[in-house]
Amino acid sequence: MRTVVTLLRKDLLLELRALETVPAMILFSVVTFVIFHFALNRATIDGQLAAGVLTATLLFASMLAINRLFVAEREQGGFDGFLLAPVERNALLVAKSAALYMFLAVLELIAVPAFGVLLLGPSLGPALLGLIGVLALADAALAVVGTLVSAIAVHTRAREVIGPVVGLPLLIPALIATARAAGPLLAARTSGTPPGKWMAFLGLYDLVFALLAYAVFDFLLED
Amino acid sequence: MGPQRPAIELRGLTRHFGERTALRDVSVRVAAGATLAVLGRNGAGKSTLLRILATLLRPHAGEVSVLGEPLPKRSFAVRSRLGLLGHEPLLYRDLTGRENLLYHARLRGLPGARVEELLAAVRMERRAQEPVRLLSRGMVQRLAICRVVLHRPELLLLDEPRANLDPGASELVEPLIGRDAGATRVITSHDPQAALAEADAVLALAAGRVAFAGSPDQVGAAQLRQLYA
Repeated sequence: MRTVVTLLRKDLLLELRALETVPAMILFSVVTFVIFHFALNRATIDGQLAAGVLTATLLFASMLAINRLFVAEREQGGFDGFLLAPVERNALLVAKSAALYMFLAVLELIAVPAFGVLLLGPSLGPALLGLIGVLALADAALAVVGTLVSAIAVHTRAREVIGPVVGLPLLIPALIATARAAGPLLAARTSGTPPGKWMAFLGLYDLVFALLAYAVFDFLLED
Repeated sequence: MGPQRPAIELRGLTRHFGERTALRDVSVRVAAGATLAVLGRNGAGKSTLLRILATLLRPHAGEVSVLGEPLPKRSFAVRSRLGLLGHEPLLYRDLTGRENLLYHARLRGLPGARVEELLAAVRMERRAQEPVRLLSRGMVQRLAICRVVLHRPELLLLDEPRANLDPGASELVEPLIGRDAGATRVITSHDPQAALAEADAVLALAAGRVAFAGSPDQVGAAQLRQLYA
């Protein structure tokens, strides 16, 4: 636990100093909402269409963070510094996933209200709590799969391409579940409760990929 | 009491990178507390050897024992007992020197006081408050040396340890990484005379193979010329 906290603290400090990842994600998301506004030629959207736009935007924004997740380790010797320490290597997986999760949470703090203002027809108010629950599970999926894919990509030459090429197909089930869960929440008349079936699916997806990532991560760091 | 085990024992060590063989059939023994100078031209395999000893690379053939532990099987056990100073300082450029050292100290469960002790030893207390990217190469090297000795390792693997250090800074780091530090040392240097002056044993590499292994007084000028030709 101490190792995870140390690694996480270092990553959050680096992001606060450089402000490279989270601002880029936020800017990308807001610009994407504006583009959708014009591309769909509609003043507002709701229901499943709104859920699809929101989910796809957050997914593509997360790719910016995933591509940058291990940049400092790769370019400034952080991998060697970590590998030389007598600590469990899976701590890096947990810490990076936690960092990515936090970046996504900060992104959504700004992007979701922006989505509500720029595109969404119905008010976000009744849907908010349910939406937070959906995004909490979706972010876990993005964080775990994103960290795994980023660790695979970091040792390859086409690392900016590998992330989307490998990560996006892996995330399709989570994308579908997130959009299906959020659709009813963003409808004109919503109960405010996300469908249990899709929430359960997301939870199961998170668990399976968390276990898979934990099992293989150590091998990804070996040379 | 039996004879002390060697700190390092290599038998037929071989390592490839794709089709290129970086090290081929390298064998050497280093006694505990001794200093081994590893000499050779650029690309001879010196850094690869250090990285294998540091458990960052696996050997592809041969036997490796570091501080009595066979590698790579017991890599985890040996990491807390060795320190590597490589080409890269392994410091994050956007963090301050102090933040970098505290990060490495926390990874190893060491108190912050140890960081302050080392910063004082290399006279970097004030400048350690600045981001590493703003420091000179000599200052970064001093911080890197502090990082290496944070946990008082029994084995020091030093790739060009005095690179970018002026004579004053070299004197400051001497108690940390010099002979009197008490550790077994493996040193590489582009200045063979300087390396030989502080070595108890010499391993000369040429294209990944052992060109010579013995004591420093057996290395003559002609051999050095041939090695670096």
